[in-house]
Amino acid sequence: MSSSAAAAAPGLVSARDVSKTFGSRKALDGVSVEVASGEMVALIGPSGSGKSTLLRSITGLQSIDPGKGTISVFGETVQKDGRVTGAVRKARGKLGMIFQQFNLVGRLSLFSNVMLGALGRLPAWQGLLGAWPKADKDKAMAALHRVGVSDYAAQRANTLSGGQQQRGAIARAIVQGAKAILADEPVASLDPVSARKVMELLVELNQRDGLGVIVTLHQVDYAIRYCDRVIALQGGKVVYDGPSTALDQARLIEIYGPEFEDAFWETKA
Amino acid sequence: MTDARVDMAVKGGVSPTAIPNPPKRSASALAFDVLLWGGLAIVLIASFGKVDMQNFGRLFSGSENISTYGAELLQPDWGAIFPPGDFWTSFKAIFTQPTASLAGQMWLTVQIALWGTFLAVFLALPLSLMASRNIAPGWMVFIVRRVMDLLRSIPDLVIATLFIVAVGLGPLAGVLALALNTGGVLAKLFSEAVESIDKGPVEGVRATGAGQLHEIVWGVFPQVAPLWTSFALYRFESNSRAATVLGLIGAGGIGQTLFESIQAFDYSRVAAIAIVIVVAVTLIDTLSQVMRKRLL
Repeated sequence: MSSSAAAAAPGLVSARDVSKTFGSRKALDGVSVEVASGEMVALIGPSGSGKSTLLRSITGLQSIDPGKGTISVFGETVQKDGRVTGAVRKARGKLGMIFQQFNLVGRLSLFSNVMLGALGRLPAWQGLLGAWPKADKDKAMAALHRVGVSDYAAQRANTLSGGQQQRGAIARAIVQGAKAILADEPVASLDPVSARKVMELLVELNQRDGLGVIVTLHQVDYAIRYCDRVIALQGGKVVYDGPSTALDQARLIEIYGPEFEDAFWETKA
Repeated sequence: MTDARVDMAVKGGVSPTAIPNPPKRSASALAFDVLLWGGLAIVLIASFGKVDMQNFGRLFSGSENISTYGAELLQPDWGAIFPPGDFWTSFKAIFTQPTASLAGQMWLTVQIALWGTFLAVFLALPLSLMASRNIAPGWMVFIVRRVMDLLRSIPDLVIATLFIVAVGLGPLAGVLALALNTGGVLAKLFSEAVESIDKGPVEGVRATGAGQLHEIVWGVFPQVAPLWTSFALYRFESNSRAATVLGLIGAGGIGQTLFESIQAFDYSRVAAIAIVIVVAVTLIDTLSQVMRKRLL
């Protein structure tokens, strides 16, 4: 939980001087971030500030600019010299990724989707044929039960509501045996009730299971309520990195501009 | 700067010069349109005489030939359609003795189409993935697409002739010809389906630490399965027609019987064959359409 813990062991993420350019726009501009293994961190900032880009770079879903920028995950270098390294698959296995649009395979059942979490650690042929071992099937059902959607296991993912799908995605991360969860705007497409449920699940995984969580959020009130540490990006640069309790009005105006109240969802400041 | 925009700008409280101009079609886009449609018109006019379009009127005037042969065509040889015997023997003979009746010959043709399409799907599966820009590297896409173009550009009649030389007269030559040609067509259709998938679920699978084959099997296949099946069914439909034509050069089936009957001036038999083909093709079309609708 605390940001000073586990300083010696390799942390969850160590990003050093990371830049990413899309065309002529710098999405990330020399970002350096260290996150220890059990932390719960919110990444905030206005649209286009680079939050999602940073998260996608950490899992190697996109490469960073060539140069001195490096990213390592649990001590394994996943990005270097502008390339995603061969170690990325191993690192991805330790990171459960949650997306804004859930990214479940719509035509597969919720259960099958959750089973896909086992792909990274099963022998390749078993994953290809979908010959899931009994133990993993049980694990998947247990995970679905834990997030509260086991009743829908046999239903096609695209027939479920957004909240149900997102909880399925969290179950997939649990089956994966992830040591940390990266969540990219996990609640941006959800109604407030589902959003709270999803955030509470992330907090529970962080506190009870000791998983590190890095979550990008549009809503500052969510960041303050659920996360201990907040990293704010603006124009691809880190403009704040510290405890969420120290985020006062002056800070928020600095990050979001005078219309900072728009960044709140449920409680207007 | 129009007045409307000045008004809007004043109301919105911004400087009129800050509002960008409405988008305009560029001169090069306009020139391209003129070139494209103008070019098409010129080619159509130039080829008018080359395809004897001036004789179009003959279709309605000189039709003595039609009345001579028409009489026989209007009296189809109904007896040749089904094998002789009571219902059950006749029904069994369609499937056991293809050459004994026209229905049997038609069934043989459908079987040629079925096997041709089946083999084509297996050919198209790897080719289509190798020809999809979102899966394969650019150089591979380029090479595989040229191979697919080649497969599609050779008419199946020509391929069938080659296979007749290789494996002899008969249905197998037809099957192989259909497989190659359809393989090229399906690979192109399949790859277009793959290129239009949502990359989200694929990233979802990738983010679990899965390998590239896993991404294809679990992220790509479920997304393209309905479209791929629909394309394969559609090609089976058109292959049923193509297999009929293949019979003309000796690849067996109803087409071969048709060719022999035309050469023997047996027009009542030709009429019966035409009926069988129309009924069978319509049946297959309807069936496959119903199945495709349920898939999508």
